[in-house]
Amino acid sequence: MHTNEKKSLSAIIAASSLGTLIEWYDFYIFGSLATIISTKFFPSGNPTAALLSTLATFAAGFVVRPFGALFFGRLGDLIGRKHTFLVTLVIMGLSTFLIGCVPSYNSIGFLAPVLVLLLRLLQGLALGGEYGGAATYVAEHSPVHQRGFYTSWIQTTATLGLFISLFVIIITKGSMNENSFNRWGWRVPFWISILMVIISVMIRMKMRESPVFAKAKSEGKTSKNPLKESFGHKLNFKFVLLALFGATMGQGVVWYTGQFYALSFIQNTLNIDITQGSKIIMLGLGFGTPFFLVFGALSDRIGRKWIMLAGMLVAVFSYRPIYSSMYDAGSLKNKQEIPAKMKIETSEALTGESIQRTTVTTKEYEDGTVFKESQKETIQAGGVKINPPMDVKMTKAVILDNSSFWKLVGLVFVQVIFVTMVYGPIAAFLVEMFPVKIRYTSMSLPYHIGNGIFGGLLPAIATFLAAKATQANEAATKAGTALPYDKPFLEGLWYPIIIAAVCFIIGALYINAKDKNAFD
Amino acid sequence: MNKIRRMAGIVWILLGLAGGYYLIINQAIPKFESNNAEDIIPAIIYAFILTPIMVGGLLIFGKYALQGEYDNKA
Repeated sequence: MHTNEKKSLSAIIAASSLGTLIEWYDFYIFGSLATIISTKFFPSGNPTAALLSTLATFAAGFVVRPFGALFFGRLGDLIGRKHTFLVTLVIMGLSTFLIGCVPSYNSIGFLAPVLVLLLRLLQGLALGGEYGGAATYVAEHSPVHQRGFYTSWIQTTATLGLFISLFVIIITKGSMNENSFNRWGWRVPFWISILMVIISVMIRMKMRESPVFAKAKSEGKTSKNPLKESFGHKLNFKFVLLALFGATMGQGVVWYTGQFYALSFIQNTLNIDITQGSKIIMLGLGFGTPFFLVFGALSDRIGRKWIMLAGMLVAVFSYRPIYSSMYDAGSLKNKQEIPAKMKIETSEALTGESIQRTTVTTKEYEDGTVFKESQKETIQAGGVKINPPMDVKMTKAVILDNSSFWKLVGLVFVQVIFVTMVYGPIAAFLVEMFPVKIRYTSMSLPYHIGNGIFGGLLPAIATFLAAKATQANEAATKAGTALPYDKPFLEGLWYPIIIAAVCFIIGALYINAKDKNAFD
Repeated sequence: MNKIRRMAGIVWILLGLAGGYYLIINQAIPKFESNNAEDIIPAIIYAFILTPIMVGGLLIFGKYALQGEYDNKA
C-alpha cells in the first residue's frame, strides 16, 4: 500500500472509530449513572415511574437496538454508508446532551421520566444503526489481507467507550463535592458528549462514500429492498441465523460477562467501593484493549473462526474458577479483622423539622482492607420523635488492600482477553459473510440481537439464577439440611457458560472459514 | 461430517423448544404473576422477544441444518 493510501485509510479508521466510540460513551453514561438518574427522574415507591425506569433500561438495550439495526441498516444499503452513520451520530449526540438538560421529576413531574425514556429510546435506535455502518465502511476501505486488523479498531470502541464513561464520571466526581455532583454535576458527562459529537460530525462530513458501495451504486447493483433480500431469501437468511447462533450470541455473553457482570459482581456481591470497583474495571479494560488489535490482526493470518471460538471455549471452562478467585480475593470472610481498630461514629443532621441520624461503622483488617457500613435513618419527622426510626438505608463499602486490588485487576484483565478474542475479529467476519448490497442490514441485525438481547439480558438472568441458589441455601439452613449450593454466587454464570458453549458447537460445526460471499 | 451437521439439526430444534419452555415457565410467567411493576417489562421481553427469537430462530436453523443447507460442498 502507498503512503498516501495508508494515510487516507488511517484517517478513515480514526473518523469512523471516533464516532462509534462517542456513541458507546453516550450509551454507557446512562448506565453508569443509572443510580443517580433513578433518584432524579424515577422516584422510588412510584409504580409508574418504576415502569418507565425499567422501560428505559430494557427497551433501549434490547428492543430498540435491533430495530435501529433494521431501520438504519436498510437506509445504509439504499442511500449509502456515510450519510447513514452520520445521522446515527447526530441522533445519539443530541439525545445524550438533552438527557443532561431535562429538569428533574421534582421540577416538572411525570414529563421528566417520559422525556428521559424517549431520549433513551432514541439512543438505542442510533446505536443499532451505528456499529454496522462503521464496521462496513472501514472494511470496504481496507485491503483484503488486513481487513481483520483495520476493523478491529472499530471493535476497541465499545470497550473504550465504557472506559471513558467511567473515567469522565470519576474525574467529574473528583472535581466537586458529593452534594454538588448529586445536585447538578452528574449532568456534566452528558453535556460533554455534544462537544465530542460536533468534532466527530465535522470529521465525518469530510469523508467520502465507501468505494465498494459507490461502485455498486454506479453499476445499479444496490438492493431495491434490503430487508426482503436479507431476511426473506433462504440463501441469505441461513447466514443471518448462522451469524447469530454460531458467533454473535456467544460473543454477546462473553462481552457482557467480562465487562458488566464483572463490575456488578465487584460492586454488589463483593460490596467493593464504587470508585475502587470502577478503577478495577478501568485498569482491566485498559490493559486488555490493545488485544483487540492483536486478535484482529491475527485473524488476517490464521482466520477468524477459530480465534473467536477459542475465546468462547476458554470462557466456558474458566468463568467459574475466575469468579471463585475473585470472591476469594474480595470477600471479607477470608480476611482477619483487627478488633481494636473498630470505630463507630454517629452524627445527626437537621433538615427542616426532620432529623436524620447517620451511623458509620469502620472495621480494619490485617492486610489493610477497610470496611465501612453506613446506616442512615430518620429519627424525627414534623417535629415528632420516631421510634423505631424510619427510612432506614444501609450501604456497605469495602476498600481493598493493594494486593487484593491488583489480583482483581488481573482477573478482570483475563476476562477482557476472552472478550478481545471473540470481539476483535467479529466485524471482519460479519462483513465478509454478506454481499455488499445488503451487508449493512444483514450484519447489523444478528450483531444487535446477539449483543443486545443475548448479552444484554445476562445481568437479569444471571442475577435471577444466583438469587434462586441463595434462596435454596437459606431454605436448607432453616430446615437444617445440607446446603444444595457450595458457592451460590457462581450460579449466575451458567447462563453465559451454556450460551457460549452452544454457540461454540454451532460455530465449530457449521461455520466454514473458506465460505465467504463475494466481497467486492 | 455433513451427516453430523444434518443430524445435529434435531438437537437445535429440541434446544429451541427447551429454551422456549424455560423462558416462558421459569422467567416470563412468574414475572407476569408477581404484581410488581418492575417485572412487567422483563416479562414482556422474555415472552415476546427473546422466546420467539430463540425458539423460532433455532427451529428454522435446525430445519436448514437437517435439509443440508449448511453442508460443506467442497
